[in-house]
Amino acid sequence: MTVADVVVVGAGQAGIGVAAALREQGFAGRVTVVGREEHAPYERPPLSKSYLGATPVDERHLGLRAGGWYADRGIVLRLGEEVREIDRTAAVVVLGSGDRLPYDHLVLATGTRARTLPIEGGDLDGVVVLRGLDDARLLRRHLDRARTVLAVGAGFIGLEVAAAAHQRGVRPVVLDVASRVMERAVTSTTSRFFADAHRAQGTDLRLRTGVGALRGRHGLVTSAVTTDGAEIQADLVVVAVGVVPDTALARAAGLRTDDGVVVDAHLRTSDPAISAVGDCARFPEPVSGRSARLESVQAATDHARCVAARLAGRPEPYAAVPWFWTHQGPLKLQIAGLGGDLDREVVRGDPAQGRFSVFGFRDGRLATVESVGRPADHVAARRLLAAGAGPTPDQAADPAVDLKALAAVAP
Amino acid sequence: MPTITFRQPDGAELRVDAPVGTSVMKSAVGADVPGILAECGGQAMCATCHVYVTDDRALPPVSDEEDEMLDCASAPRTGHSRLSCQLVVDEDMDGLTVLVAGEGP
Repeated sequence: MTVADVVVVGAGQAGIGVAAALREQGFAGRVTVVGREEHAPYERPPLSKSYLGATPVDERHLGLRAGGWYADRGIVLRLGEEVREIDRTAAVVVLGSGDRLPYDHLVLATGTRARTLPIEGGDLDGVVVLRGLDDARLLRRHLDRARTVLAVGAGFIGLEVAAAAHQRGVRPVVLDVASRVMERAVTSTTSRFFADAHRAQGTDLRLRTGVGALRGRHGLVTSAVTTDGAEIQADLVVVAVGVVPDTALARAAGLRTDDGVVVDAHLRTSDPAISAVGDCARFPEPVSGRSARLESVQAATDHARCVAARLAGRPEPYAAVPWFWTHQGPLKLQIAGLGGDLDREVVRGDPAQGRFSVFGFRDGRLATVESVGRPADHVAARRLLAAGAGPTPDQAADPAVDLKALAAVAP
Repeated sequence: MPTITFRQPDGAELRVDAPVGTSVMKSAVGADVPGILAECGGQAMCATCHVYVTDDRALPPVSDEEDEMLDCASAPRTGHSRLSCQLVVDEDMDGLTVLVAGEGP
């Protein structure tokens, strides 16, 4: 069947990426993107970084595309619209306004929602999460008057917020129940480097510590009581304990979900007329061979391209190498591939100098590379992982081995 | 509004309106300039928005971050290499021409 009418649910990086990639691929049919927020589509990565820092990026520059771009390309944006239901039998999306949008193909780019803390005091003023632009605006307003910010969660977002707060002269405290920072995302070597660096710049970092309750005065948060009974004074609390994929629509429509909307190697859901992309999609990750759901700009962009190529009549299975980055003040980390269950880790460079890469191997093959201050390693790693080649652990450890050259000859 | 011309390695040119305050990269992406992939969205993390600026007008200096990523660009780095995401458009850039580095040889 010819696809003439594509509806995309979600106007974030992945959803707008689908619309853009469709036009790049020469798709001439109708493209409609439905977004829940009123804001013109914007970038998320700066929201926890430069948007919060001492010299914040101007909000007007966060736009993914300039205003006229959408209309110029015949892309219809329906912003501030909730999708109420997917009627698969009729192949129609029903909006909150009652409007019905027929589709030949539907793309779910519904993203994620921030997890909240179901604890006493969790609803006090000054307790915020950070996911969208409205959250970031609220957080920035609070940062303007805060003296101490408590980040609950030492993942990317918690640490990025702590670093931005520090730049503004707001004292950061970071708690995590895990035994190390960014525990799910990085190796212990990288974790230790970042923990030390944050502490060195004055962050009060407390690990193996949870929050039992938040206390306040006149409705505004004033302190947190930790699970070990300590009380931490804080007039701003950022809850950064991860996200959950927004699968409600997919579930209600009877699509297969499992911590994400489950898709195949072509990013099709259990209904071939519906695809899922970006943070909400659980897909067979080709480099690791695992089922994965990735919260990254890379996955959003590459998923979008893959689906657009298929809809334009040039189907290829998804094959992109995952990569991520985080900026935490002056600290920058670039990651290629996926960690977890590594059987060998090799450090190249010197963490004490702030310039090193950790090469992680699984079943004897290169699986992930974390780079701090060594962007060339990161770029080479992406090429090596894409080629399915890669250095041996001994080569990775040997500074005389030129990774760029190795990447260049990779098949 | 300043206009910037993007020249491709094959000589094709595209003139683009570049709003003051945005990056040169963003003005290119907004106009679908081929070869400016901007995979990281402008965070100096991917070097896929590499351009050559041969114009001799004063541009902001290359930061450490930009310097590091330029070393990793797939097309060869020259003395004219910049990451277009790190060039913020101002009125003085009106009429600037940049050569898209693309994927290189």
